[in-house]
Amino acid sequence: MHDTVSVTGTPRSGDSEQYLTFRLDGLDYGIPIMQVQEIRGWTKVTPLPNSPRYIKGVLNLRGTIVPIIDLRLRFNLEEVPYDALTVIVVVNVGGRLAGLVVDAVSDVIALAPEDRRTPPEFEGQANRQFVQGLAQVDDKLLVLIDVDKLVNHETLAEAAEAAA
Amino acid sequence: MPTIMTVDDTASMRQMISFTLGSAGYEVIEAADGAEALKLAQDRKVDLVIADVNMPNMDGITLVKSLRAMEQYKFTPILMLTTESQAGKRDQGRSAGATGWIVKPFNPEQLVDVVRKVLG
Amino acid sequence: MAIDLRRFHATFFEESLEGVAAMEAELLDIERVLQRSGGVQEADAERLNRIFRAAHSIKGGAGTFGFTDVAHFAHALESLLDDIRSGRRALDLEVVGLLMRAVDCLRAIVLAARGGEAPPAEAEALRVALERAQTAGRPASSAPEPVASTGSGWEIEFHPHERFFHTGNDPLRLLRTLAELGQLVVRADVSRLPAWDSFDPELCYLGWSLTLQKPVARSALDEVFAWVVGDCELQLRPIAAAAAPSDPGPKTEERGATSIRVATAKVDALVDIVGELVITQTMLSQLVEDFTPDRLARLRAGVAQLERHTRDLQDAVLGIRMLPIGFVFSRFPRLARDVSAMLGKQVELVISGERTELDKAIIERITDPLTHLVRNSIDHGIETPEERRRAGKPAYGSIRLDAYHKAGNVVIEVSDDGRGLDRERILAKARALGLVAPEAELEPAQIDELIFMPGFSTAESVNDLSGRGVGLDVVRSNIRALGGGVEVSSVPGQGTRFIIRLPLTLAIVDGMSLQVGNEIYILPLAWIAETLRVQPERVSQPAGGPEIISVRGEYLPLLRLDRLFNLPGRARELDQGIVVIIEADGRRAGLFVDELLGQQQVVLKSLEPHCARLEGISAATILGDGTVALILDAGSLVRQAYSAASLAAPAALGAAQAAAVSTTVH
Repeated sequence: MHDTVSVTGTPRSGDSEQYLTFRLDGLDYGIPIMQVQEIRGWTKVTPLPNSPRYIKGVLNLRGTIVPIIDLRLRFNLEEVPYDALTVIVVVNVGGRLAGLVVDAVSDVIALAPEDRRTPPEFEGQANRQFVQGLAQVDDKLLVLIDVDKLVNHETLAEAAEAAA
Repeated sequence: MPTIMTVDDTASMRQMISFTLGSAGYEVIEAADGAEALKLAQDRKVDLVIADVNMPNMDGITLVKSLRAMEQYKFTPILMLTTESQAGKRDQGRSAGATGWIVKPFNPEQLVDVVRKVLG
Repeated sequence: MAIDLRRFHATFFEESLEGVAAMEAELLDIERVLQRSGGVQEADAERLNRIFRAAHSIKGGAGTFGFTDVAHFAHALESLLDDIRSGRRALDLEVVGLLMRAVDCLRAIVLAARGGEAPPAEAEALRVALERAQTAGRPASSAPEPVASTGSGWEIEFHPHERFFHTGNDPLRLLRTLAELGQLVVRADVSRLPAWDSFDPELCYLGWSLTLQKPVARSALDEVFAWVVGDCELQLRPIAAAAAPSDPGPKTEERGATSIRVATAKVDALVDIVGELVITQTMLSQLVEDFTPDRLARLRAGVAQLERHTRDLQDAVLGIRMLPIGFVFSRFPRLARDVSAMLGKQVELVISGERTELDKAIIERITDPLTHLVRNSIDHGIETPEERRRAGKPAYGSIRLDAYHKAGNVVIEVSDDGRGLDRERILAKARALGLVAPEAELEPAQIDELIFMPGFSTAESVNDLSGRGVGLDVVRSNIRALGGGVEVSSVPGQGTRFIIRLPLTLAIVDGMSLQVGNEIYILPLAWIAETLRVQPERVSQPAGGPEIISVRGEYLPLLRLDRLFNLPGRARELDQGIVVIIEADGRRAGLFVDELLGQQQVVLKSLEPHCARLEGISAATILGDGTVALILDAGSLVRQAYSAASLAAPAALGAAQAAAVSTTVH
């Protein structure tokens, strides 16, 4: 079980938002800290039959049943075995909870509007829908994820139907 | 600490009055109709009665008459809860011996105000 | 001191809706009496008073809590009711109809207020109609207070009558209140004090001349003396004055949360049990503190006691959520009246078992299916009055709603004495839809079952009612989703009966733990018919399709859960595992699993908001070790078993189906 991460980054203008950043297959991603409920290490998960590969199953989070999504599989990246550094980021989107399995969690940083960049054309439509934007912090490029779309019920339902 | 009895067949009104006056430091007991109120009034000493007019089993006007007929309640303040259009009821209440009335709708502050004035 | 009134809103809304329901019930009765007596019979005065009081209470509460739309409308309704109950207006069918529409509208306005929405558009028109129906010459609602002006104060002569005290009023209070308004000069008039021996302490002999040295509005003074105007001599003379009052009204908004009314006895019982629980827990803590092996027996006894208390607590808490089914049944008289009027049928609704209790969550979700069944009965079951007379039946068709507890379930019956199911038409339609092979022979019971198939409706025209795209298949799946089932039985010419079975509660289920591969699944005991070890020779696979198992001459489709759920892990050989025979909706199937781990009670947790619906899974639970176990949905599994099986040799399926259905079901 990890404890909370520290805040870095220089304070900017009033419009800056705080993002939790994490690593996935060598790339850096970010999601708004407001949507992050907690961060846990990996524990055994109960699989859901006939669900898409990237839905690993469900987990008991203090009495609530939370679906766990493997982001590598979601983004069609190579699957890797889970180890001691593997982390689940539990997000809360409008009351709906979901756990995202990522390689490792980095820092919480503050992003100002001037840090944002326009995203170039990605190949792979599947990933594009989740990308909310890009940002540049120091010399790192950050892919900002739209968490709502990621854990959206309909997306999961469609995927489930497609897999069935 | 003075005891106030609120008599109304509507639970939400009783609750509201109970809570409002309770918060203002009074002790409040509740009755759902005139008959219940009469019984409660006999069992313990009540310093102020706030009663609705329209109730089953025994309506407000009859309650006032019955209370006034009791030795210990000859001079106790009794307030009727009425609506604006019930001028007739007000007069009836007064003839029966009610002290005064409170017009619905009222807000909690008005209620506490009136009660403070009446109980001193 | 600001007091937030919102805490009382939920109760107010609940009360108001109950009041509306009560008004509706009374009006229905009045209407029925009027209809039977040809519009002549006088309505019972006490009944009219009850209806009036209900409207009056709603109006009062709405005003107090700031729901002006409700208050306005209730006021118009109340005024008309007042006219009627005092005899100023006659009660006829037309007025009753207007009142019923008004009560409906009032309900809608209350619901809108509760949801923070605007009232329905027709409310205003209906309110005006109510006003017009009142007798002329009603006093309008109060005009605003005028404001006094000029001057610098008031001269007040205040002389109470002798019996002033007898209304509980106190001159001293009035003087104090006046003093709060401004500088007050008081001169007492003792001229009427009698000699001591004729002095009566209960009478008032004093009077006062007062000067208020503040230009307050006349209305402020009127307010001070409002209560005592008839009990004293009062003169108010302005010296000079100026003024200005104002009064905003509070307006609060609310989003209601659902709530239940609970009998205090139930809560008291809970408190008792919790008390016992605390005692037992304390005892156990102490025991464990300095524990020695010779105390093991006492520890065991303590744990057993804990178990008992927990079970009692569980029952008591669940009992709190149980409500009488009368809450659902109560809307049906009105529904029956409206629907039968619309269709030109004459229907009498007979209700029994209203006190049978159900979990609140189930009550909320059984309403729609029941409504559909009742509408169906009126629409398709009950014949027109002429048809009925020709058949030698009374012109009034009857529909019976009944509810009772049986064998750990709640049973609800909806039956009518109508024409019964038209089996020829049903069979023809099924053949046309391709649901049944043209040459297949079906038993009457099997034909009846067909009405639950999707896409099935033998209605000639899809009228506004039953044909709303909600077929009996949806009714059945809704009931199944609650963990229950529904069956039909019918006698042509005599009537049709729907029997609904529901579990007593949704929240907790007795289940059998099953091991399948590396995972554990829970199967509710209610679905399990039997379990057996497999003899591989009883399992066949005709034409290489799905497996079929023979059980005492019955042929049932066999589902291998590990394959169905695509579970990794070793697959057992048939003779190494167990087959669990499940039964749902009149059909049986076999589930092949590795092992039975034992029975346990589990608390249902919903998967829904988080995950999409999964076939074969109804919910989840958390096991003692904290891991999540999925709960199997027998209805869905049976369906999957038979749809897989129907792809295979029809003969084997036909035999299997026939065999399956012919075994008695409950």
